[in-house]
Amino acid sequence: MMEFLTQGWILELGWIVAKIMVVIGPLLIAVAYLTLAERRVIGFMQLRKGPNVVGPFGLFQPFADALKLMAKETIMPAGANKVVFMIAPMLTFILSLVAWAVIPFGEDLVIADINVGILYLFAISSLGVYGVIMAGWASNSKYAFLGALRSAAQMVSYEVSMGLVIINVLLCAGSLNLSDIVEAQRGMWFALPLLPMFVVFFISTLAETNRAPFDLPEGESELVAGYFVEYSSMSFALFFLGEYANMILMSSMTVVLFLGGWLPPFDIWPLNIIPGPLWFIIKIMLVLFVFLWVRATTPRYRYDQLMRLGWKIFLPFSLIYVVLTAGFLLVTDRLPAVTLS
Amino acid sequence: MIEALFFYLFAGVMLASGFMVVVSRNPVYSVLFLILAFFNAAGMFVLIGAEFLAMLLVVVYVGAVAVLFLFVVMMLDINFAEMRAGFQKYLPLGLIVGGILVFELVAAMYGDAFSKASLPVASEIANTTQLGGVLYTKYAFLFQIAGLILLVAMIGAISLTMRKRVGVRRQSIAAQNSRRREDVMEIVKMPSGKAKAKDDAAAGSVDDK
Repeated sequence: MMEFLTQGWILELGWIVAKIMVVIGPLLIAVAYLTLAERRVIGFMQLRKGPNVVGPFGLFQPFADALKLMAKETIMPAGANKVVFMIAPMLTFILSLVAWAVIPFGEDLVIADINVGILYLFAISSLGVYGVIMAGWASNSKYAFLGALRSAAQMVSYEVSMGLVIINVLLCAGSLNLSDIVEAQRGMWFALPLLPMFVVFFISTLAETNRAPFDLPEGESELVAGYFVEYSSMSFALFFLGEYANMILMSSMTVVLFLGGWLPPFDIWPLNIIPGPLWFIIKIMLVLFVFLWVRATTPRYRYDQLMRLGWKIFLPFSLIYVVLTAGFLLVTDRLPAVTLS
Repeated sequence: MIEALFFYLFAGVMLASGFMVVVSRNPVYSVLFLILAFFNAAGMFVLIGAEFLAMLLVVVYVGAVAVLFLFVVMMLDINFAEMRAGFQKYLPLGLIVGGILVFELVAAMYGDAFSKASLPVASEIANTTQLGGVLYTKYAFLFQIAGLILLVAMIGAISLTMRKRVGVRRQSIAAQNSRRREDVMEIVKMPSGKAKAKDDAAAGSVDDK
């Protein structure tokens, strides 16, 4: 009896681990190729070629970079707080991976289909600030610390408007479950009725992932490289990977909330034979391309402009839009039905 | 069985990190352990089926409040020796507060407040839906009052810390955007003495080229 129980338990655990591996493996490869895509795309936008030497079209460049980083020496700064210094990059990387547990890749293609999926995503993304702030503090360096403080203030500010944008989507979907949110977009993607919120959300994700034009935490012209200036070798690579995994995560969050997740744009013949996960990946890639496009074309924001945008424009705007959306849904009697007890 | 295992894991780590919050010498460590304690509390909420509260705990306390704690603690210039010096002075006060808390917890445990409140809800409806159902209908006024209290606290904090300094240059983006070209720009034809003479000379010799 006992043996049978333990075996069932092990099988279940093995199945879960297998599912996690199926998500994490391709994700890491996607992260590697996103770094290459970034350099190539920005290269073409700036009329350069970008890295094209290692392998055909430079396709082996990520592996060359990874090997180079691994071969380098890990340097521990003299006055650094060793424990926190080493935990910070791990935390960043782990947080960028655990959020994938609730992302639905297709109908029933999700590791954990929990009721509060969107809140879980929101919670995990709000924890990303700890990796940055711990790294900045533990490095015992002015530049790293200033970068970390900037980043903490920036991420906390933009989270507020992101939360309000999510409320808009929830009002339309009537559920916190990500699969339900995608299903609610079967008739029309939320990007159309909530277009202003879609734009606000996308800009907030740029700020949340510390990407250009909001990459002040690592503004190299004033802070050298910001919070990870003291990091080298693999600990630097973990920050780097975490940042790109976060970009992909935020893109997939945008896709789930606004661009109909795994649903085809129209439910007509040539479009609906393409499997759901493929649609999901295509949409993520489109959003990621815009991430790179923005980086290649916009100058960096000044810090007070960044704060002004977050607190004085996005916050009131999304708050008013919540009232508008709720009012519209109530008046036209389109509020999603919720069964109580 | 696995649930019991996780309960003891979360509870154990939470107690240990709570203890470390108190005894850590470095206040930054204290805050980090506090965050760990919050996390494990969230895990225990999940175990009793209160997933909404668990996520709220992480979003509000770990994602916002503890960040500000950490922010403040890291910026402080702390004298560790001075901090330890007050320990014996404050020990009796701490013991009294702790004793009152223990007494209240024990009293609540033997009363029937706990046995009713802490039972996991066996319901098909997600507890987010249930909370929303009563929060905006039955307790709408209390909800509004809570919101007003927070608003007052926020306005109070702003009015306490805001000061208008003279001589600070500020950017008014609305004013900048509303400027028109005609108001702020003037194109002046400016004949300069030496260059003009040269130009005249050049104009005379154009035909030569």
